[in-house]
Amino acid sequence: MSFLEIDDLKVHFPIRGGFFGRTLAHVKAVDGVSFSIEKGKTYGLVGESGSGKTTTGRAIIGLNKITSGRVTFEGKEITDLRRASKDLRRDIQMIFQDPYSSLNPKKRVIDIIAEPLRNYEKLSKAEETKRVQELLELVGLSPESILKYPHEFSGGQRQRIGIARAIALKPKLIIADEPVSALDVSVQAQVLNFMQEIQKELGLTYLFISHDLGVIKHMCDHIGIMYKGRHVESGTTKDIFENPQHIYTKRLVAAIPDINPRNRNEQLKFRQDVKQEYEQAFDQYFDDEGLAYPLQPVSDTHLVALPERG
Amino acid sequence: MSEPVLKINHLKTSFRIKDEYFAAVDDVSLTVNKNELLAIVGESGCGKSALAFSIMNLHTRAKIEGEITFKGQNLVNLSTAELNKLRGKNMGMIFQDPLTALNPLMIIGDQIGEILLIHNKNMAVNERKQRVVELLTKVGIPRPEHVYTQYPHELSGGMRQRVVIAMAIANNPELLIADEPTTALDVTIQSQILDLIKDLKEESHAGVILITHDLGVVAEMADRVAVMYAGQIVEIADVYTLFENPLHPYTRSLLNSVPTTNEEQSKLHVIQGVVPALQNLPREGCRFGPRIPWIKESAHEKNPVLHEVSPGHFVRCTCYKDFHFPHEDKEEKQHVIS
Amino acid sequence: MWKFSLRRIITMIPQIILLSIVVFILAKMMPGDALTGLIDPNIDPSTIEEKREALGLNDPWYEQYANWISGVLHGDLGQSFKFKMPVSELVWQRLVNTFWLSVLTLIITYLIAVPLGITSGRFHDTWADRIITGYTYIGFAAPLFIFALVMLWIFGFYLDWFPTGGSVKPGIEPGTLDYFMSKVYHMLLPALSMALISTVSTVQYLRSEIIDTKQKDFILTARAKGASESRVYNRHILRNSLLPIAAFFGYEISGLIGGSIFIENIFGYPGMGQLFLNSILLRDYSVVTALVLLFGIFTILGSLLSDIVLSIVDPRIRIK
Repeated sequence: MSFLEIDDLKVHFPIRGGFFGRTLAHVKAVDGVSFSIEKGKTYGLVGESGSGKTTTGRAIIGLNKITSGRVTFEGKEITDLRRASKDLRRDIQMIFQDPYSSLNPKKRVIDIIAEPLRNYEKLSKAEETKRVQELLELVGLSPESILKYPHEFSGGQRQRIGIARAIALKPKLIIADEPVSALDVSVQAQVLNFMQEIQKELGLTYLFISHDLGVIKHMCDHIGIMYKGRHVESGTTKDIFENPQHIYTKRLVAAIPDINPRNRNEQLKFRQDVKQEYEQAFDQYFDDEGLAYPLQPVSDTHLVALPERG
Repeated sequence: MSEPVLKINHLKTSFRIKDEYFAAVDDVSLTVNKNELLAIVGESGCGKSALAFSIMNLHTRAKIEGEITFKGQNLVNLSTAELNKLRGKNMGMIFQDPLTALNPLMIIGDQIGEILLIHNKNMAVNERKQRVVELLTKVGIPRPEHVYTQYPHELSGGMRQRVVIAMAIANNPELLIADEPTTALDVTIQSQILDLIKDLKEESHAGVILITHDLGVVAEMADRVAVMYAGQIVEIADVYTLFENPLHPYTRSLLNSVPTTNEEQSKLHVIQGVVPALQNLPREGCRFGPRIPWIKESAHEKNPVLHEVSPGHFVRCTCYKDFHFPHEDKEEKQHVIS
Repeated sequence: MWKFSLRRIITMIPQIILLSIVVFILAKMMPGDALTGLIDPNIDPSTIEEKREALGLNDPWYEQYANWISGVLHGDLGQSFKFKMPVSELVWQRLVNTFWLSVLTLIITYLIAVPLGITSGRFHDTWADRIITGYTYIGFAAPLFIFALVMLWIFGFYLDWFPTGGSVKPGIEPGTLDYFMSKVYHMLLPALSMALISTVSTVQYLRSEIIDTKQKDFILTARAKGASESRVYNRHILRNSLLPIAAFFGYEISGLIGGSIFIENIFGYPGMGQLFLNSILLRDYSVVTALVLLFGIFTILGSLLSDIVLSIVDPRIRIK
């Protein structure tokens, strides 16, 4: 039994139109995604805009309504997390992308971080202040800053306030939706290092959503590549980066700029080759609607969306 | 011999904050040659975009001092009318976000056509239309006649950026300025747009200034690189030297903080402290000094200047000689190229 | 666009039905009924009761509503007890007067708003802008009825430039040019008074739209193209800023309805607003009900118009 298991998750959004605003069709934002995460590990969900990676994360935590499928967390079904027991809900927290808009600018740091505590725990004022100060110290901010407002902090510091809020209830699983995309590289490094440290310290499990393969490679044990709401490939970080099988994964890997300028011509050639292969072999890797096939195992850990042979 | 297209000398661009001017670009000098791609790299607030905008004087309320020599004229002294003859004709600009850079109420054809019309009032309407379609084809837009009549919101992000590029190159400019042209785009689209910019440069031999925060993009695109920190250039070198033998502490720290796909890093380097706000910038001494407090005071210069350490490789301040990463027990991460 | 407009019109129907029910119920809740004003108080109560029964006034409210609404649909809005004539005829006369007054007011409103808004937005933080903004603050602060009284006193009585009442000089043959000119002459002062006040919100709106558009990225693009300042303003800033103003147009109409009540009473102009106030004072309920219904319908039509105008000028909505 895995720690978190997603089974055939679908999230479809209705498109309304026509005369009376009837539902004409559905946007299949997430269309049959299955994966599992082991306790204490980091699973990376990669994809470009519109791939459904963020919707998947939001669906697990109950921010998007699940159309069908099952989500199990420590063996208990949490498909409808909003109606799940309070204990389960506090075990899963989320870190958002934009540290500038995800913190209420009118609230002080203490109110932001204590908000989940107030929802779930009855603490006295003094206990609450103490907890918030401890959390701030844990994320490397001065405990004196509890009375400050978000605008008094830099981007990296704000993201750490967001993290402090997420870990306030000592959750077991954190869904991090592009947690460093809005940050500069040096600040990004700070947040990523910190996320690794608290993972070790608190035994956290991460679902790490990002479009940046460099960040994903650095952070994750397992990776799932998404395209138009479906997985095209999933496997260990090694599987994906050293032995990519699906044409889309190859294309994504080829698109990352190489940090060694001596490789640029090879990289360009590699990219052109992959592009050519992508165009020629598109029909073999995608069905008539241009969507990925179901995943087939190619090794114990490595799954690729290939048409059924035969 | 390389032929300079643009020469910037002691450029200072200041913004007013509460009745006082603060320099966001402080004493920057550089040249861009014909058929050369100069990347300017740095984090937000380092002044790289302010520098790019100063060249065309696109700032609304800024004080620009120094010399920007382009086609034998100092752009800083030109009137707006004189500058307008060069903008869009001899220099083109590509913006960061292609959605907001296009007028939402104007069809693509008219937006590209406008730049032709402004600089050539005698062009016949048909000829102009034909040229726009040609440009759209050139930047790789399928069905150009159809796209001609579309509005920006009907196109994808990558297509919009191609339209912006078509606009920038419409009059075959000698200088192209690209301000974070791929930051708003997906990786696969990013690589296509970068390849396009490169191809266009090869074809037209224009000088290109590429503003970016992404070191990977720099490594793939640049001929030369200028690293900016706190309004100043701290290091400038050809791209191979910069990645193989980076000297300035900031350049080295930056390179060590990027997670990459082709190497193992257990821990990323973190630069201590934060970039100070414009009005709090240290105006004396080494500006990067406060972020590397473990380096002794005497290593820094009083008034740091750029030193030419090898031909074409300039480094600001003397502190690079004594710089080391703080955790000496841990080996400094091996550089990409050992 | 047709599909959008048609759908928008269809969604309007339930709004109007709801409005008519609310208006009807409010009318029923007012003290007295259609008989109270008609009959002699000395008549025997049982006779009144018979009358009530005969007129259907004792029926449940929904049956009364059904009767009333089917009348309304046939153009029968009831009988005015004061004027002793059908409400529809009475209202029609006034409606035409109010309509032309509103048209003139709107024209003046935009004649003032567009140049002032553009000047103020383009040259914001200059003296011209400060003077214009100052005027808009005065406009926001000054109550319409006091301002109108001042206008009436200065231009009507003191300077004697304009007539101080009525909608046309008596004794002129309708249909002639003189008749038309006289109508316009009578409308001018009330329209100007109302426009001077109601225009300030449009001036402010246009000003902030222009300041906002000025900072958009595509304006930078236009400048980077080498476009002259006048081109940047005319081709890019103005068009994009006028769009929300066009959309505001329909709501402006709704605003005029409220204004007309004051203006028509102060200037003695025989329009719907004047009729409305008089009918309330005289408890001529059938007229009041009809007018409230009409005012409501105009407001709904105004917002419909706004949406349709917006869908025509904004391609982002048009395509959908």
